[in-house]
Amino acid sequence: MNGIHDMGGVQDMGPIRREHDEPVFHAEWERRVFALFNAVPDVDEPYRRYQIELIPPADYLRMSYYENRLTALVQILTKTGMATPAEIESGKAVAGTATKHHVLTVAEVATWIVPDASPKLTAAAHFQAGQRVRARNMNPVGHTRLPRYVRGKIGTIERDADVEELQDSDIQGLGPKQQHVYSVRFAARELWGEQASPHDSVCVDMWEGYLESA
Amino acid sequence: MTTTRRDLLNAALTATAAAAVTPDLARAQELDHVHNHQAVPSDPALRVKALESLMVAKGLVDRAALDALIDTYEHKVGPRRGAQVVARAWVDHAFKQRLLTDGTAAIAELGYGGDTMVVVENTAKLHNLVVCTLCSCYPWAVLGLPPVWYKSAAYRSRSVIDPRGVLREFGLELADDVEVRVRDSTADLRYLVLPERPVGTEHMTEEELSALVTRDAMVGVAKVTLPREGAHA
Repeated sequence: MNGIHDMGGVQDMGPIRREHDEPVFHAEWERRVFALFNAVPDVDEPYRRYQIELIPPADYLRMSYYENRLTALVQILTKTGMATPAEIESGKAVAGTATKHHVLTVAEVATWIVPDASPKLTAAAHFQAGQRVRARNMNPVGHTRLPRYVRGKIGTIERDADVEELQDSDIQGLGPKQQHVYSVRFAARELWGEQASPHDSVCVDMWEGYLESA
Repeated sequence: MTTTRRDLLNAALTATAAAAVTPDLARAQELDHVHNHQAVPSDPALRVKALESLMVAKGLVDRAALDALIDTYEHKVGPRRGAQVVARAWVDHAFKQRLLTDGTAAIAELGYGGDTMVVVENTAKLHNLVVCTLCSCYPWAVLGLPPVWYKSAAYRSRSVIDPRGVLREFGLELADDVEVRVRDSTADLRYLVLPERPVGTEHMTEEELSALVTRDAMVGVAKVTLPREGAHA
């Protein structure tokens, strides 16, 4: 979706405001939103991201990071049927409405920060390092990880970086679900024209289905 | 397609209205973010408390797991992990080669994991800068949760089109002949910058070196400097 979240290249967002000795969280409710958003069962990360992207642009910009997550969390609960708007309004569960879910456990949380022993995904690679490629010009209305600012632009494959599952809502025409991800280097001038430094570049990680030979 | 999208947007609007804090409070919070965190309205605090109780009651989350998540990312994981990785690479050439070849595997040697990692080296002629223009992807495994500025619209939007201007805002002026390479984290790979080891640190131990390494240097918005040079981020 060509949404406000896809903001690479926008120039009028103001100065970057930094905080000295910034704490990890700024309020107790931010801690709880962080935990709830990451523990909500049975929805994957692309789906959670998409719910944030669906927040209307004016609200997305006005609200803080954790307010956006709270808003998306409420959406996830109501859209999936995990809770009703009435329950969220009252904070009280209606008897007999509980559904079955895999609930995140303390033991599972411990596995989040240690090396992962599961085997790597595999797929056939159709491009290789050094090859020139063009980012497809596509404008899907669902979730995608292809930023607008590279669409139609020509770059060079810097490295064949990984094999991952495609995260787009609509993978029709983008190839198999599991495919190579390449780090593609675009010259800054290819993206932004003569105003950019001739030495600079932007590397974007791209699923094979986002690319065509150039 | 259009109907689905409109339906989704309408649904989002309704819930946003239900969940939104008043614009004035939100704006006040944004403005006060740097100096006054007490200005966060109590409204979201109450709403989140009710939501958590509901989710626990409905069997969607386990409160102990929520506490563990918070404790993990507030106290266990943070930029000290990344600093250890960097210091090890500075003193152990073979480790550095493994780190640049397969970041995930080399970082696992220190017992750290959770992200598929790519480590990129900054040199006198090449400067890498990490951003996520689409959301807020960040190498939690070695840096913990990102600071507010990393997640801000200002940083996410401008880093790719004006990286030198962004670096200048962080107090880092790069010569014209230094190549700036911006890394937009659009897939599941997470980036850690291996900063240049400062001159004058030859006598330092790995532990002393790790104390010099800042989060900002590992995101690529700063260089590592000796304390007496000041300008620490």
